[in-house]
Amino acid sequence: MTDYTRMTAADIAAALAAGETTSVEVTQAHLDRIAEVDGDVHAFLQVDAEGALATARAVDEARAAGQELGPLAGVPIAVKDVLATEGLTTTAGSKILEGWVPPYDATVVAKLRAAGMPILGKTNMDEFAMGSSTEHSAYGPTHNPWDLDRIPGGSGGGSSAAVAAFEAPLAIGTDTGGSIRQPAAVTGTVGTKPTYGGVSRYGLIALASSLDQAGPCTRSVLDAALLHEVIGGHDVMDSTSIDAPVPPVVEAARKADVKGLKIGVIKEISGEGFQPGVKQLFDESVQLLVDRGAEVVEISCPSFEKGLAAYYLILPSEASSNLAKFDGMRYGLRVGPEGVASPSAEQVMAATRDAGFGDEVKRRIILGTYALSAGYYDAYYGQAQKVRTLIARDFAAAYEKVDVLVTPTAPTTAFKLGEKLDDPMAMYLNDVATIPANLAGVPGMSIPNGLASEDGLPSGFQILAPATKDERLYQVGAALEAALQEKWGGPILAQAPELAGKADAR
Amino acid sequence: MTDAVVDYDEALQTYDPVMGLEVHVELNTKTKMFCGCSTVFGAEPNSQVCPVCLGLPGALPVVNASAVESAIRLGLALHGSIADWSRFARKNYFYPDMPKNFQTSQYDEPIVYDGYLDVEVPTESGDGTEVFRVEIERAHMEEDTGKSLHVGGATGRIQGAEYSLVDYNRAGIPLIEIVTKPIVGAGSRAPQIARAYVAALRDLLKALDISDVKMEQGSVRCDANVSLRPVGTDKFGTRTETKNVNSLRSIERAVRYEISRQAAVLDAGGTITQETRHWHEDTGITTAGRPKSDADDYRYFPEPDLVPVAPAPALVEKLDETLPEPPAQRRKRLQSDWGYSDLEMRDVINAGAVDLIEQTVAAGASPAGARKWWTGELARRANAEGKTVEDFGVTPAYVAELDGLVKGGRLNDSMARQVLEGVIAGEGAPTAVADARGLELVQDDGALEAAVDKVIAANPDVAEKVRGGKLNAAGALIGQVMKELKGQADAAKARELILAKLT
Repeated sequence: MTDYTRMTAADIAAALAAGETTSVEVTQAHLDRIAEVDGDVHAFLQVDAEGALATARAVDEARAAGQELGPLAGVPIAVKDVLATEGLTTTAGSKILEGWVPPYDATVVAKLRAAGMPILGKTNMDEFAMGSSTEHSAYGPTHNPWDLDRIPGGSGGGSSAAVAAFEAPLAIGTDTGGSIRQPAAVTGTVGTKPTYGGVSRYGLIALASSLDQAGPCTRSVLDAALLHEVIGGHDVMDSTSIDAPVPPVVEAARKADVKGLKIGVIKEISGEGFQPGVKQLFDESVQLLVDRGAEVVEISCPSFEKGLAAYYLILPSEASSNLAKFDGMRYGLRVGPEGVASPSAEQVMAATRDAGFGDEVKRRIILGTYALSAGYYDAYYGQAQKVRTLIARDFAAAYEKVDVLVTPTAPTTAFKLGEKLDDPMAMYLNDVATIPANLAGVPGMSIPNGLASEDGLPSGFQILAPATKDERLYQVGAALEAALQEKWGGPILAQAPELAGKADAR
Repeated sequence: MTDAVVDYDEALQTYDPVMGLEVHVELNTKTKMFCGCSTVFGAEPNSQVCPVCLGLPGALPVVNASAVESAIRLGLALHGSIADWSRFARKNYFYPDMPKNFQTSQYDEPIVYDGYLDVEVPTESGDGTEVFRVEIERAHMEEDTGKSLHVGGATGRIQGAEYSLVDYNRAGIPLIEIVTKPIVGAGSRAPQIARAYVAALRDLLKALDISDVKMEQGSVRCDANVSLRPVGTDKFGTRTETKNVNSLRSIERAVRYEISRQAAVLDAGGTITQETRHWHEDTGITTAGRPKSDADDYRYFPEPDLVPVAPAPALVEKLDETLPEPPAQRRKRLQSDWGYSDLEMRDVINAGAVDLIEQTVAAGASPAGARKWWTGELARRANAEGKTVEDFGVTPAYVAELDGLVKGGRLNDSMARQVLEGVIAGEGAPTAVADARGLELVQDDGALEAAVDKVIAANPDVAEKVRGGKLNAAGALIGQVMKELKGQADAAKARELILAKLT
């Protein structure tokens, strides 16, 4: 019997189109897999078996009736819990939104529904997408399917782990400073952050509005491209969304050719301070691209070194304002202060926030409130915006010389759960390679490029392209993927250990 | 506690008032500033809301292009500069009726800057009028907040209330805030200038048709900043900000009160606290609100969910062509067209009847007739019933028709008033009412003559007086004739006949 959970979305779609299986069968297979392993992985905060199967049945009927369907119709998907889903609890990993059922769908979700994709459930994440390990979820951490004692990356650890654990062929993540790419790197999956504005943010619970971007979490570059085409495009409900057609990403993924392409290795993010095994795999991947006809150039982006500092001023500033609405007045949690007979609105707000927000969220709200304060604005937020401009200039200058830029996605493989929990700075450093793309709004992708020699854990290779040239990510990513599969004799994820499946059924 | 005040005229001997006026205008766009929700006033609470104006997690704003056009048109009408690149910012503060806990507003990059509005005020000596120019610092776009209703307390205020309800229908209604530069040199006329400025602004908004300008519904609200400085000095004093004053009369009174109050504080050797003040319509005083510093920390930063507002020069040019004739200029033209005296014109303006008269004249009425009905009978009735003339359902076309019936000799004034009553009662157009009620002047000269003869015969002593040259006494006879003919006689004709027979 075919195990549909081990197939790529493209292969599932082909099987569905050929009538070899049904969406109900495929969806049920994934629901079974979730029931089997998610007690160990904890990728999901909520599984919607009923809703997913209803969609699957509808698609099967439509197909049987000969209706024209989208390329991913019937292929199930998991959605990060930061995207509003009508009728399905949406918490952004926070206690403050526990039990909140949105009355509307995020545009991305509406597009998935329109494409006939069964939504398996909502995936775990760091609270309000703040974190690099999914340990900051108010609902407990997600475990890395490669080693359950390790983190799955963050903040979209749930989405990437679901894909890596074969619980979902596809997932939606969001990337504010690397939250799609860094989890992809440490779970051996593919993650794409499209150009800022390439995918609508409507219904995405904002962390930092000027940085947030939803994108695909998949097991292959082609799958990412197929999903990118489903969710991408202009949205009148998001005035920052790009009013242009989705770049030809599927075509580029199928092309998988780097002959004559110029690839820039960013000097400042190419190995210094990186785990030796990660560095080694990066160098080997660059060599594979050269072998396939690419030309490699070393590029300097001096402002990138200031990116992390700028990011940790801009993000908390915007977050402090975006999270102000969570005050216990209209929805979600409401807590009255203890020992106060008739508390004021302010006292209720304070008690609600104290109970509803976790430490990392409080830390960033305080930081952002401070950075935006009168008298500090120019020194902090204003300066950070200048750095942002410099980083964009570095990118622009680099793209005059090369077609894409490459770096290792993350400095290390997955670290142990709890290892960096008490050291926010060490945690923040994990995003050093991914953050510049968010600050400049350019697209980026992480593809798995092997297992590090010292620990046998996956490592990620990051590709960055100019804004709106997302197709280049897919072209280079698919070429490297093909080269790596040749070397490995198949996808890297196939090397992942079997999960015991001792989990309680959900 | 009521604050001490000094006599207004005395205060002005010692102090020179400086004002700054901030006027918030609700635009009459069909949809809200950042979403497609309806803006109809008075709808069922929370019936005009969506994820965007409720600030639900994930929802995003999109700028209402029509509101931007209104802002640009107002800016042009205020002789202001239109920014070719402006931006929204977030003004962060907490308020239960503000769904996002920040207000999306413009801060240091407003759409309109540097304009002016000329207002007509009495000269200082009081023997005429002159134009006073109020300089405009900026006009910017923002969204309104929701409204709280505090239930269970005696005062309707939050103190003592058992619980509060919030209506978000108003949240997200487009506002334009127009901020003046400091108004100096107003002297004792400061309160009048404040009033005249808001009145002129209101007229302009109405002419532009970008707001309902219903101050009583809060669609125009004024915050008045007032400070005093010793006469002859340059440095501004500490100001107070009297919030949300919403009638012309109140603006004048509030400014006047603040001048008297602040003068009392300064006279007593005290200092003015920089604070907001609440205006109390019933008692005519202001009371202290919250302290306000120049550095109130709203943690402004550019709104990352919106792209900059960068109107194309061609659009600005096109909107410039849509500007109406300035209200003051229009009034001068109409006064001259209609041949009204200054006093008559002032009555018409005070009655808010300029547009109605214009339409009535256009429908064929004489300017004198149109004025008579709108500022006379209808205005009197509206006043007595606490309504506006528009509430009666009497259209300019009806008034023109009525005027025609009088001019054509079918109705006299008292009959016309009866017809008007019928129109107000919903009986239809004036001619139809006159027909239905059988109102028509007696045109049959024979009947009139018979009545005159009968009345003269019945009142020999009065007839004698008229014969003796007391022509005024004929009035009594005319009255009798009218009675005889059930009010349907042509009084002028009756008079003619009586005099012909008796002199």
